[in-house]
Amino acid sequence: MAVATPTAAATAVATFARNRRRSELSLGLLVIAVTVGGYILVALANGPKLPDNVTILLAWVFGLYLVAHLAVRRFAPAADGTLLPLAAMLNGIGFVMIARLGDAKGDYASQARIQSVWVGIAIAVFVATLIVVRDVRVFARYRYIALLLGIAFMLMPLAPGIGQSRNGARLWVGLGPLSFEPNEIAKVLLVAFFAAYLADKRELLTQGRIRLGRWFVPSPRDLGPLLLAWGMALLVLAYEQDIGTSLLFFGVFAAMLYMTTKRAAYLVGTFILLVIGAVVAYKAFGHVRIRVENWTNPWPNAQGSGIQPVQGWYALGSGGIAGTGLGLGQPWRVPLASTDYMFTSIGEELGLVGSIGVIAAFMLFVGSGYRIAVDAARPFTKLFAAGIATIIGLQTFLIIGGVTRVIPLTGISLPFVSYGGSSLVANFALLAILLRISDESVHARALAPPGAR
Amino acid sequence: MNVGIRRIGIAMIVLFLALVAQLTYLQVGRSNQLANASGNPRKSLGDIRRDRGPIETSDGAVLALSTPTNDEYKYQRVYPGDTASIFADVVGYQSIQNGTVGVENTYSSDLEGKTFKLQVNNLADAFANKQPVGTVVLTMSKVAQSAAAFALQGRRGSVVVLNVQTGGVLAAFSNPTFDPNQLVTHDPKKAQDAYTFLANSPDNPLLARSWRELYPPGSTFKTVTASVALQNNVDVDKTFPVLSQIPLPQTNGTTLGNFGKERCGGTLLEGFIVSCNTTFAQVGLDLGETFASGIQNFGVQTAAPRETGSGIDPSIVASTGPLPGTFQQNQPKFMQDAIGQNQVAVTPTEMALVAEAIANQGSILQPHVVDCVLDPNDKVVSRVGVQQYKRAIDPATAATMTSYMEAVVDSPNGTGTAAQIPGVKVAGKTGTAETVDGEKPHAWFIAFAPADHPLYAIAVLVEHGGSSSAEVTGGRVAAPIAKQVLQTLLNTPAKTSPCGDQPGSPLNGR
Repeated sequence: MAVATPTAAATAVATFARNRRRSELSLGLLVIAVTVGGYILVALANGPKLPDNVTILLAWVFGLYLVAHLAVRRFAPAADGTLLPLAAMLNGIGFVMIARLGDAKGDYASQARIQSVWVGIAIAVFVATLIVVRDVRVFARYRYIALLLGIAFMLMPLAPGIGQSRNGARLWVGLGPLSFEPNEIAKVLLVAFFAAYLADKRELLTQGRIRLGRWFVPSPRDLGPLLLAWGMALLVLAYEQDIGTSLLFFGVFAAMLYMTTKRAAYLVGTFILLVIGAVVAYKAFGHVRIRVENWTNPWPNAQGSGIQPVQGWYALGSGGIAGTGLGLGQPWRVPLASTDYMFTSIGEELGLVGSIGVIAAFMLFVGSGYRIAVDAARPFTKLFAAGIATIIGLQTFLIIGGVTRVIPLTGISLPFVSYGGSSLVANFALLAILLRISDESVHARALAPPGAR
Repeated sequence: MNVGIRRIGIAMIVLFLALVAQLTYLQVGRSNQLANASGNPRKSLGDIRRDRGPIETSDGAVLALSTPTNDEYKYQRVYPGDTASIFADVVGYQSIQNGTVGVENTYSSDLEGKTFKLQVNNLADAFANKQPVGTVVLTMSKVAQSAAAFALQGRRGSVVVLNVQTGGVLAAFSNPTFDPNQLVTHDPKKAQDAYTFLANSPDNPLLARSWRELYPPGSTFKTVTASVALQNNVDVDKTFPVLSQIPLPQTNGTTLGNFGKERCGGTLLEGFIVSCNTTFAQVGLDLGETFASGIQNFGVQTAAPRETGSGIDPSIVASTGPLPGTFQQNQPKFMQDAIGQNQVAVTPTEMALVAEAIANQGSILQPHVVDCVLDPNDKVVSRVGVQQYKRAIDPATAATMTSYMEAVVDSPNGTGTAAQIPGVKVAGKTGTAETVDGEKPHAWFIAFAPADHPLYAIAVLVEHGGSSSAEVTGGRVAAPIAKQVLQTLLNTPAKTSPCGDQPGSPLNGR
């Protein structure tokens, strides 16, 4: 691929790009078939009648995918061709489950309609991000604005009037009939800031300016702004009682520090901080104690506080290897089956095959993200792409690990799959940025002299 | 920087593999345990929430159907009013609180459309707006069952009618019975209370007396004894002494007497017509071990008819009798067994099978209540079919026994004259079975008709319906019931079952 002359390079890139877009389109058609097929299967489970709105759904899914695909073709033609189909696949499975739950019980009835609107908004944001962000370095240039905006977003739910509390967590901002979680937007901005800051100071952070016995440690001046931003983010989140997002930020920043410096001390240090934080939270907050109890042994409270983990396990066990079949299980028996416990709903109706399929899709998505990071040309884009891959991978692990009781449950959405608009919008924005970075690196490498990688 | 990214990537893979391991543990290793855990409401409700096909009689009455509801269970199983109680033993019920029994249980997969054949058909039907569930058609008819229930007139007991040519059960009614609708209500408290009330009721209405309860058969069992004797070439001209009682060997002068101290004897036929205890006790003693092995050919003290596919649930209780190899030390017992007392205890269904054996040239067919399963297009998906259960006796012996049983009904001094039907030859045998001291005996009657071209075999039992003074009391109480039911069936024009023509018995060459 590395070709010296600009014209030859352009030709090579064009061929490469065409192949990638072709696979994106053909994989997309498969995804549409799976989504619409799943939707029909749910309806058939209820009786021998095709759903009335299946043509509308088909048109909507097909149209949205086509718009997203054409936007990539136009604005990031050489970008990775598997990420969009993978995200669409996860999103499609999620939508089918939301529609299926809406059919089962009143609480979920309106969610499919709302979600379909949010998918449209998310695709619009995806396209807009591709159009507006022609060069991801714009995030590096305005890194402090990104930081301030990110913190502002995080503080929004605490503002009187627009902030809303649900299930004991103050995470939502109401705007007319729609409500969203600003933390999801803050997630994008803060990862951008950290990538920019770490890329900038990577040598100082790696080597250290101050000598402490045998070791060089980074000076507070270099580490300060980072720790400040980080600490504030965690403080705000702790105040909003959003343990999941706190943990996510914690993990992502630790991983990004490690990727920047390759110094395991950062990982060890953050892990110690995490343990201290966890112990303090356990002692201080009753709801954290319940979370830990539900992790270690929820069975005595199977009808009370432990109903979610217990019913979640029942759901997965009842699904078995092949699952009950779409529309034939009872996933609504787990409270919050369309959001936090979305994954057990999938595991119940699609079985181990489906649950591991979803995990495999995430592995491929996250793996592609890291590959884009490795292939990226500049330290900032590398860190940004790796940060995005980490945030999606870690979020997936936290929620799936939580509902399967590998780790304590922290309420957080399953990226692309769970019901919830702001998470979807933010994740599609992250996807657009990943594709932008992928496209950029293809062009950069094509122009680089042979062997210069 | 790439090294760091790769390492974090590998760490991420490790985390994901931990999830895969946990999911495999939950969805494979512990799947059964979690799916069937007592706190997991999914299993039973998964079946409740499905649409279910109807259960119908051969003459077109719908005994069970599912109607859509607005609650979380989606469907309510309904047992229509006039047939709900009389078919409750056979049809059973499908209840959230009380489980599933009867045809509802044994044919659940067919009713839900889960069987392979139905599913292949459903692929096309799913798009044609047809109900993708099976219809289970019983061998039973509403006419026969209603006649049985009506004739019993609220007395405790049972009436079983068999189709002689197929082994299909036409009626199996036992009294008292229950209303299954009370048990399947979606109100958990009401459903549980109804079950508790029925289960604790002293009359035990939940008991399917027709095939779940054992009774001494009394003199109706002489049909079996006489058959075994004839099959073993007993001299039909031999005369037995005229006695009012007969001493039991191996005892200190205990005797076995006739009802009301009547004196009787003579040939085997003469003893059979008046149901002479002393004669048959002697026959039992003479037969000895042969008796014990002979009754096994009728289904006593051997495996009960098979339950698979029959639709009968819970399964038929095995009737009991003397064990082979015990005659030498149990001679008095064998003498009492020969008149249907002591060690002999049978279900009403077993006695109907005995009547069927004589009617069907010595061959007993597998009893079954389900005839066929229809797909949504009313095409037959599967049929239970005719199969032999036992070869009881030879056709020649059966022919002789038919004449003996006709004589019981026809002869002026016969005990079964109450079963006479004008214009139709009826073959029958009465029974008055002693139970515990102080209780009235059970009244029995078994029969088949028409005797010259048998269609129906019947057994009637009325618990404690007789009087200990005379053998004829069993006949007086039970025979009119059999007569009433048989007459109704013979006067009802034959209707073709939705399963198609009744396949003739391949075993009797008629």
